Amino acid sequence: MGMTVTEKILAAHADLPEVVPGQLIMARVDLALANDITAPVAIREFARMGVKEVFDATRIALVPDHFTPNKDISSAEQARLVRDFAREQGIVHYFEVGRMGIEHCLLPEQGLVAPGELIVGADSHTCTYGALGAFATGVGSTDLAAVMATGEIWLRVPETIKFVYTGRLRPWVGGKDLILYTIGRIGVDGARYAAMEFTGPVVHELSMDSRFTMANMAIEAGAKNGIFPVDEKTHAYLAGRIKRPFRVYESDPDARYRQVYEWDVSELTPLVARPHLPENVAPARELREVIIDQVVIGSCPNGRMEDLRIAASLLRGRRVHPRVRLIVIPGTQAIYLEALREGLIEIFIDAGAAVSTPTCGPCLGGHMGILARNERAVATTNRNFVGRMGHPESEVYLAGPAVAAASAVLGRIADPEEVAG
Amino acid sequence: MKIQSRVHCFGDDIDTDKIIPARYLNTSDPAELARHCLEDEDPTFAGRVRPGEIIVAGENFGCGSSREHAPLAIKAAGVACVIAKSFARIFYRNAINIGLPILECSAIEGVETGHELSVDLERGEITDLTTGRTYRAAPFPPFMKELIAAGGLVNYVRRKLGVDKN
Repeated sequence: MGMTVTEKILAAHADLPEVVPGQLIMARVDLALANDITAPVAIREFARMGVKEVFDATRIALVPDHFTPNKDISSAEQARLVRDFAREQGIVHYFEVGRMGIEHCLLPEQGLVAPGELIVGADSHTCTYGALGAFATGVGSTDLAAVMATGEIWLRVPETIKFVYTGRLRPWVGGKDLILYTIGRIGVDGARYAAMEFTGPVVHELSMDSRFTMANMAIEAGAKNGIFPVDEKTHAYLAGRIKRPFRVYESDPDARYRQVYEWDVSELTPLVARPHLPENVAPARELREVIIDQVVIGSCPNGRMEDLRIAASLLRGRRVHPRVRLIVIPGTQAIYLEALREGLIEIFIDAGAAVSTPTCGPCLGGHMGILARNERAVATTNRNFVGRMGHPESEVYLAGPAVAAASAVLGRIADPEEVAG
Repeated sequence: MKIQSRVHCFGDDIDTDKIIPARYLNTSDPAELARHCLEDEDPTFAGRVRPGEIIVAGENFGCGSSREHAPLAIKAAGVACVIAKSFARIFYRNAINIGLPILECSAIEGVETGHELSVDLERGEITDLTTGRTYRAAPFPPFMKELIAAGGLVNYVRRKLGVDKN
């Protein structure tokens, strides 16, 4: 019986010739990640495990990105705890403010993720790295502590759901629209416990940045991981970033899937997910009456160069609507610098936007753009749960960078065509 | 272990932001987290819930973030057990790892807030004493039973690494 790419990576990391869905395995971890919210709990549990040293100081990444630059005294204390632990343990991949980025933009950029690797992170959006053909999944802090202590994790081998995207994408339709469409079709628990395998001619047309966006939101359908095939675009991305050997796995032709969805996405138009679940998907053009107060462009699904370029292309020579606060957050320092050199930052500031140092900040209602009661935001983030960006009676509409930028200009939800003309 | 107590019911897709909003994540102190447990779903819950009581919820309980603060908040609020039609996978792992008893029971219907429930955690038997209906939860695989019996992942790892002798 053939195996899926996810099954092959798990089997290889459990030293087994094959695995089947439902099987519990003990798997070797190539990289373990935590941030300033999840690491403090992991560090506490690590100490309780009675272990003095982490299993491998080169295989742990600590990225204080959620409440940093420290938003208040408690956050500063949490960030210090992580910093002290990183120093004590000699953690090689600790990223300080000023040299950091949003973890899921940063780790691939820094060459810490390669195809075929197994990555766990105490952050649900760790599934982002599936864009590079890795198995990556989110876990809690105690799981992460156990990985820091032992280098291993128990996993249940997931069933795989295959998504085949065919046709040709229309202008302004990108990775965010494709993943919102997918979640809209299968629901927020449509892939619960499962692997989402993204395939078909359309995925090979997608940039790496769009693939990161899609893999990032696999968790919003309840998935354990999302994974893409490795092609020449992947290799181009990895060139110069990865020097260590890695192995590319592919699904067998006779691999077994729980389900296969095949969708022609040629007619897809830019999408928005209405409050308060990512599955509440509608075309942006049907929501033109929704007046907004804030737009956030950035975060782990959409804080990369492609996103900033798309937003800048719509904001160039235009002004942010007087009613709207536009906050642009490049995903990493390197992206920030590249956007600066390309002139994108100037376009944003000329348009009337605030540009921030990398942080998860507003996405989770942390800081840098909290919403007041009854306020409404369009955001390129990944969750629109109740109270996600601030007051429990505020609202978040999820979209890609094109809809977000167009909405910032018109002061209401807009299809990019309305601005681009 | 058997539990008999009053039920608090919740619907589908109770996400981790509802269980513990990020505005409270600048601490991991369980008592502080418990004060805000389920605040954005029901602001009165943390004040009403009594030690030993039970949560019954619908599909996909705990979806969203990996924050372990969510099961920690529920546990510290004194909740003895969470029963749901289904759990999001990270929440499920986290609950088992920290020793918050959970049962997955797709068949549970007709239980309402205020009902009295009897739960046998080992057997997975659930009885609604108010209606007399009984339900059976999905059994845990042997490995998870071992984790639960050890009292969570910390103790399990201590034993595995020989920090504690069996």
